Amino acid sequence: MENIKSHSGHKHGYGIYILVWLALVTLTALTAAVAGINFGKLSIVVALVIAMVKSYLVLTEFMHLKMEQKAFKMFVLVALLFLLISFTLLFSDYSSFVR
Amino acid sequence: MSNNVHAEAHVHRDDIRSRMGMWLFLFSELLLFGGLFLMYSVYRYLHQQDFSIASKEMNTFFGTMNTVILLTSSLTMALSIAAMQKGKRKLSIFYQSVTILFGLWFLINKVIEWSAEFKKGNFPGSAILQSRPPGQILYFGLYYSMVGLHGLHVIVGMSVIAYMLRLTIKGIINKDDYVKLEAAGLYWHLVDIIWIFLFPLFYLIT
Repeated sequence: MENIKSHSGHKHGYGIYILVWLALVTLTALTAAVAGINFGKLSIVVALVIAMVKSYLVLTEFMHLKMEQKAFKMFVLVALLFLLISFTLLFSDYSSFVR
Repeated sequence: MSNNVHAEAHVHRDDIRSRMGMWLFLFSELLLFGGLFLMYSVYRYLHQQDFSIASKEMNTFFGTMNTVILLTSSLTMALSIAAMQKGKRKLSIFYQSVTILFGLWFLINKVIEWSAEFKKGNFPGSAILQSRPPGQILYFGLYYSMVGLHGLHVIVGMSVIAYMLRLTIKGIINKDDYVKLEAAGLYWHLVDIIWIFLFPLFYLIT
């Protein structure tokens, strides 16, 4: 059964890709436009949230993660979790760093 | 195997594992760039003022244009696979070629951008840069190493897609066997994702 899935499970129309691209370009325009506004410390958060939304779209749609087997999604989540752990540990250390 | 709807059921091939192998490689890329992003975030945290001053010198126009170029190249890459799935070989060849051209456009913009910086004396090791505060030297050091490493990935991605183009023309990549093209696509999209983060971190946040 797997053989069928490995091959024909990925059929995609062109339309969804163009929609995703439109969303990505819109988000780029948005992030560039709001960069001029001073949100203070929130500026970094806004820019990173938009970047994460864009990455999510590329991962799920362009990289077909949406239609892959569950194992692929688990792999990606675990990889990202460990990156998050690295950031958390590093900053729990540096936030106590006296300048 | 008898369930396989395609004629090549006798061929020993496993597309799922091929793609999984590519994803595993992409995780090693995540570690490579992840480490650099960790370094960036700590130095930004320690030198907030200097990073803010230095990042204001970036050309946001080129940064935004290059983001749109890479996003569009990701679209054409995805379309080339969709076209191949439908058996439209010529359309797939067209989209693959366009993807390579977008990569080239991205690199040309980088050359223009970096030449301007070099003229101002903002290059690693220059006397002008060395005379600036440590945080700004770090900012430009990170900028050139991270964006430079990303640029190398663009060159590698273009070479890989060019090779896929050759395989497509020769018919080795075809409607029933296109996992190589999918793997090349995965790599190209990862390069795009890395830029999605480099763009705000170096160009937008001030």
